[in-house]
Amino acid sequence: MASDPKVQITPEVVAKVARLARLNLTPEELVRTTEQLSGMLEHFHDIDQLDLSHVSPMPQPFPLKNILREDVVAPCLDRQEVLDSAPAAEDGRFRVPPTIGFDV
Amino acid sequence: MSNASSAPTHATVLPNGWQMVIGLEVHVELDTKTKLFSASPNRFGDEPNTNIDPVTLGLPGALPVLNKHAVELAMRLGLALNCTVQASTFHRKNYFYPDLSKAYQITQYDQPLNIDGYLMLPGDVRIGVERAHLEEDTGKSTHFGGTSGRIHGSDYSLVDFNRAGVPLVEIVSRPDIRTSDQARQYVSELRSILLCVGASDAKMEEGSMRVDVNVSVHKPDQPFGTRCEIKNVNSIRAVGKAIEYEARRQVDVLESGGVIRQETRHWDDSEGRTHTLRTKEDADDYRYFLEPDLVVLDPSQEWIDAVRAALPMLPAARRARLATAAGVDKESEAIYVIVERGQDDYVLSVEQSGGDVARALIYVQQAFAEEGAAPKVPAKDLAELIKLEGAAKITATQAKTILAEIVASGGGDAAAIAAAKGFEALDTSALETLVDTVIAQQEDAWNKFCGGEDKAMGALVGAIMKASQGKADGKAATAILQSRKATK
Amino acid sequence: MADSFASVVQLAADIRSGATTAAAVLEQHLARIDQREGEIHAFNLVLQDSARAAAARIDADIAAGKDCGPLAGVPIALKDNMCTRGVPTTCSSKILEGWKPPYDATVVTRLHQAGAVIVGKTNMDEFAMGSSTENSAFGPTRNPLDTSRVPGGSSGGSAAAVAAGFAAASLGSDTGGSIRQPAALCGVVGVKPTYGVVSRQGLVAFASSLDQIGPFSNNVADAALLLEVIAGHDPLDSTSIPQPAPQLQASLTQGVKGMRIGRVTDMPQGCEPEVLARLDAAFAALESAGATIVDVALPSLEFGLTAYYLIAPAEASSNLARYDGVRYGNRVGAADINAMYGATRSAGFGDEVKRRIMLGTYALSAGYYDAYYGKALKVRRLIADDFAKAYASCDVILTPTSPTVAFPIGAKSNDPLTMYLCDVFTIPTNLAGHAAMSVPFGTGAHSLPVGVQILAPSLGEVPMFRVAAELERAS
Repeated sequence: MASDPKVQITPEVVAKVARLARLNLTPEELVRTTEQLSGMLEHFHDIDQLDLSHVSPMPQPFPLKNILREDVVAPCLDRQEVLDSAPAAEDGRFRVPPTIGFDV
Repeated sequence: MSNASSAPTHATVLPNGWQMVIGLEVHVELDTKTKLFSASPNRFGDEPNTNIDPVTLGLPGALPVLNKHAVELAMRLGLALNCTVQASTFHRKNYFYPDLSKAYQITQYDQPLNIDGYLMLPGDVRIGVERAHLEEDTGKSTHFGGTSGRIHGSDYSLVDFNRAGVPLVEIVSRPDIRTSDQARQYVSELRSILLCVGASDAKMEEGSMRVDVNVSVHKPDQPFGTRCEIKNVNSIRAVGKAIEYEARRQVDVLESGGVIRQETRHWDDSEGRTHTLRTKEDADDYRYFLEPDLVVLDPSQEWIDAVRAALPMLPAARRARLATAAGVDKESEAIYVIVERGQDDYVLSVEQSGGDVARALIYVQQAFAEEGAAPKVPAKDLAELIKLEGAAKITATQAKTILAEIVASGGGDAAAIAAAKGFEALDTSALETLVDTVIAQQEDAWNKFCGGEDKAMGALVGAIMKASQGKADGKAATAILQSRKATK
Repeated sequence: MADSFASVVQLAADIRSGATTAAAVLEQHLARIDQREGEIHAFNLVLQDSARAAAARIDADIAAGKDCGPLAGVPIALKDNMCTRGVPTTCSSKILEGWKPPYDATVVTRLHQAGAVIVGKTNMDEFAMGSSTENSAFGPTRNPLDTSRVPGGSSGGSAAAVAAGFAAASLGSDTGGSIRQPAALCGVVGVKPTYGVVSRQGLVAFASSLDQIGPFSNNVADAALLLEVIAGHDPLDSTSIPQPAPQLQASLTQGVKGMRIGRVTDMPQGCEPEVLARLDAAFAALESAGATIVDVALPSLEFGLTAYYLIAPAEASSNLARYDGVRYGNRVGAADINAMYGATRSAGFGDEVKRRIMLGTYALSAGYYDAYYGKALKVRRLIADDFAKAYASCDVILTPTSPTVAFPIGAKSNDPLTMYLCDVFTIPTNLAGHAAMSVPFGTGAHSLPVGVQILAPSLGEVPMFRVAAELERAS
């Protein structure tokens, strides 16, 4: 059912996607986003008419292989410069609100 | 560290015919100079956020570049586990967490570097290794405030990215493990292999080797049960304890009519139990897709062959070689200990100077615990001591004393030390005379011994040793007592 | 128009020879900025102080007889998604407002080494998502040729800066047409190199398998020079082709005799008639110069928009997840980390960015991957295969760059899909990873410039520039 492309995108699905993306949507935004995404996805179903059964995916445009780097240390960033740009820092580290509901 | 079948077993048999099925996922930090995708140092214990660069911090515009030595070590590890090395790709695993600087981890997904290997346990038990792939480590969060110091109820967290980007190999076993003993043996053997090939220092206490345990239970001829993943298992001992607890917990749930939820659980070593961390419903959708900033890794056959050819002799082969030379069981504790310490080459070299390998094995196991893989005592010196004892010129007890002195001094002439201490062993006829004298003197103990009380022998031997002023060899004396008793 | 401003090539020669100074050249450009930047808003940040210091250093070094590089003293503008150490790089987004990178993008380092003077960071659609520069969090850029109209996007500021003479050349980035389309709308030259020819290190990523950096300039020779300076292998970018920069000088005078120019028979509908007329004129000019026109079919081209609007947002949803308020950028505080993420990102991102993140997250999510992202990657292969077949019978292909001339501000901002259609001709090149450039070729409706797009296969920069130079001579 979930992979049936004709299924319209619902506000519940949009809300779940927003949570995955850590975006807060107001109720109005949820409605508007659902409409806009539905409209787009409807348009995007044009590719359903193509026979892709013998086509391999193309995730990258230029076929390079084995790009590697020697195991040699390079100069690091200056910690102070980095922490000065941080929203909150303490004790040489980045400070964040508590991570409730995660594993250690 | 020893794990042979002679070690005390923790494997409890589950009630009512239940059997446990175990799979292990082990993450090891590779011993490279720099991180997996950037050139800042891979070092433990530095000041926070001093080993950072744009890639490590996930700065806008930063791009990953793969560390060649990490690939080499991962291949070494894979080949040592009898894997096939194949062309592989990298994927992004997307989720939000403060110690994950890009909000995705670069890992390997459906095309990992190493596949289809195995590892042998004592008793010729073969555990399949499904895959061993490369991925980057995360940073480290520390949680502050709150009452318990645990994450729940903390006030804030501080994040250090020194560890972010450190190269990891994740080694996934097939669910072929059937007892907690086997699980501990697997981890121990894996660690030995890692140290032997130089891929990682594999210290669980420092986090350079981390073990997640998957446990399920089932009745024979039934399909495997639902499994739970257990995290925070921080020692080999804890691996055994966590499995024992979890298997019994699952049996209890099932026997009382409940069902096992597929979930991740946290091992609490101080309480000796697991508890729920996260159920599958809460789990993130990781939205894996091919990492567009990296290209295919396809090691040439020449490279693979070169890595394979350069592999050192692995622990299993070392144990077999040493056991054959010493004429002992390859799964005996002494063999495991010596190979674990990397002292097997040393023990074998004693033979070149005429020393008996079996005796050397015991000496080195007993006295060389702190000596490391390159003992200071010249093998020749050890061989001389062994020959002296073998010729019955000194007693076993005297030999032990000389051995301790040789080890402490980093060498020594065994014959000279024996002479200086006045060590000599009584020859056979002198010893027989002494034994007969003691038998006559210790009538009571002698009668008890002949009557079947083996404990009385201790008193007899003690008297012989005292009378000989230490020059009687305990084993030889015992043998004479036994033969006197037999011919009585 | 473009003719009234001195070229990069000329300025570099004059500064090198002592006919003028870097300082004098800079002041000319700063004067033009003073005059018109208020109405055009090409820049997020004008760097007059550091530019003056750089120009003074160059002049001193030249006086001392040093060779300061092929671009010594030439004022260049940079799109505000290229990291400049110690200088704010905002991507025209509130979430990065004020953020100063601790490092330079590779292209920035190469420009510095070539002696260029960076005159400012240009305005753009937020995180490069848009075709009009109306999605900037800091206000739109206006087309210098008609300030009631858009300059195109997402590199609208960089295009406008060159069209208005604020900089002798500029750099932009192109993911679905974001250099070529604004170049066409502003009447300047814009180049998207083959994917992998210019390093992406330090370019704030939008869609990693599609993004490329390229130059804007007032003429083809300038674009060639800029590309030679910034292109070539970078070990810090794993997708950088392990080859040196393409050598393009010869192509500028080689002409097109004997070349085969592809004409797409099944082109998408919706072009303004004047745009089509200019395309015809371009074909005629090339034929006069000795090229042959060959009909080619690109049957999958029409599906390029769909493939792009699934692939690009998918990659973007992952690339933009790092903007979480933890390590840099602007944070909105909250009681716990997830609330902080939500509040920070919701306040920091504009509507179009949020929309594309949502679309991309959806296209990748469990249960939907095969139907959307997975399929789109296969459509991408079909398009690449179509091009491969076409290039068996021609050296380059010509199309319009944009279906229309510059449109009024606000005209397309109500329906996202309408805006997406601006890129129908440019998107396929990014999907295939090929090279393409827009060259101004006359005017269309309202006397506004029309751009003709030259498409070439991967590493086809030489034939592409041969045709571009010829069209410029004929225009």
